[in-house]
Amino acid sequence: MNFTLKIWRQKDAKSKGAFETYKVENISADTSFLEMLDILNNDLVHQGKEPVAFDHDCREGICGMCSLHIDGQAHGPSKGATTCQIYMRKFKDGATITIEPWRSAAFPVIKDLVVNRSAYDQILQAGGFISVRTNSVPDANAIPIPKKDADESMDAAACIGCGACAATCKNGSAMLFVAARVSSLAKLPQGRVEATRRAKAMVAKMDELGFGNCTNTGACQAECPKQISITHIARLNREFLSAKFKD
Amino acid sequence: MSCFLSNSSLGKKLVMSVTGCFLVLFILFHMSMNVTAIISPEGYNAICEFLGANWYALAGTVVLAAGVLIHFIYAIILTLRNYKARGSQRYAVTVQEEGVAWASKNMLVLGFIVLAGLLLHLFNFWSKMQLVEIMGQHTNSLGYSPADGAALIRYTFSQWYYVVIYLVWFAALWFHLTHGVWSMFQSVGWANDTWYPRLKCIANIVATIIFLGFAAVVLVYFFCPCIAGAC
Repeated sequence: MNFTLKIWRQKDAKSKGAFETYKVENISADTSFLEMLDILNNDLVHQGKEPVAFDHDCREGICGMCSLHIDGQAHGPSKGATTCQIYMRKFKDGATITIEPWRSAAFPVIKDLVVNRSAYDQILQAGGFISVRTNSVPDANAIPIPKKDADESMDAAACIGCGACAATCKNGSAMLFVAARVSSLAKLPQGRVEATRRAKAMVAKMDELGFGNCTNTGACQAECPKQISITHIARLNREFLSAKFKD
Repeated sequence: MSCFLSNSSLGKKLVMSVTGCFLVLFILFHMSMNVTAIISPEGYNAICEFLGANWYALAGTVVLAAGVLIHFIYAIILTLRNYKARGSQRYAVTVQEEGVAWASKNMLVLGFIVLAGLLLHLFNFWSKMQLVEIMGQHTNSLGYSPADGAALIRYTFSQWYYVVIYLVWFAALWFHLTHGVWSMFQSVGWANDTWYPRLKCIANIVATIIFLGFAAVVLVYFFCPCIAGAC
């Protein structure tokens, strides 16, 4: 398969970027999207040109490192998949593919397709944890948890913090990410203890870092590679508002 | 508490939700009153007489104006923040995400159309009804009694361009409500995956009832004023 790639190139955070066009040829249909970029970079290196910088790590959809806005969609055209999980057979032979970095004020571009997502780390540090004294491993069945709660918690915990939600949201809102963290911990007895403090602290940090406001469009859940539902945003709203009214 | 309603993103959304809920309830009430004008113009005028510029109607008007103003100001504040959060560099290619309603992404534009329609409506009706009574006058600029609402409806919607403008206004309101009504439940956290389809269905029903109620009055008075007893 042959493709024309329109890729955002930007030397560094301060430089002004622009699209550059590249051709990739003889790509197998079973090549993954990131492998296709590896092949392009290999060609660029051989030509003595600067390779395209892009984030990647596990390449099996669990680390949340890969990003990329491909043909107008976060993580490309596959539903419930990260960029590393899409294959070139998803695209038409001869297609022109536009590849952009995440666009959100809180995720500044560092170089080419790489953005700084440390804002999510800062939100996590504000409250996305439980405070426990470490000791020997507790008995797995010491605290019974209803199946429904465990399932809901696990659904929210599937969040890999890739940033697709904020990158897709027309308001640059990080609500789905924050909600997933708050929800996954609030549904378990271990996390319930600090649930109100956590909701307040994480929302305050999210606001401080300049993320936008949720307008309930649902674009985040449509593009989330882990298909996390906005039902968790409703829970975050409940947790936060009830905490504030108790203050 | 006053702090989080103005400082926090979720607090501001709560204000949008509560004021929005209040405005939806008012619109339902207003629409119910208007429909009376089709069934009985005399009955409608009796309502106009009852409300007029009495203290309870004036208090209601002040609260309503405050509701509209707060909803509008908060919408501007939230949108400006969202615009900034999106960043200066936008995507070159965008698609409509699956399951995302057009209205949900255009609430501000729809809100502006609704507001523009509201201002026209205040000029067409309020300034010739309640305002006339507040000023202590007994006839409005058209020579009608300020309580003769039916005559005012008949006069306004005998002009085709007002019919068109008002229908566009109601259509914008319909779109605004199809997102707004279910969204106000989400913003206060009263929603989940089971209830999303139900809430969206309720939102569509409420928006459609409001649209049909208002549009019926306009269309009946334009096409067959005799049905409304105006012959």
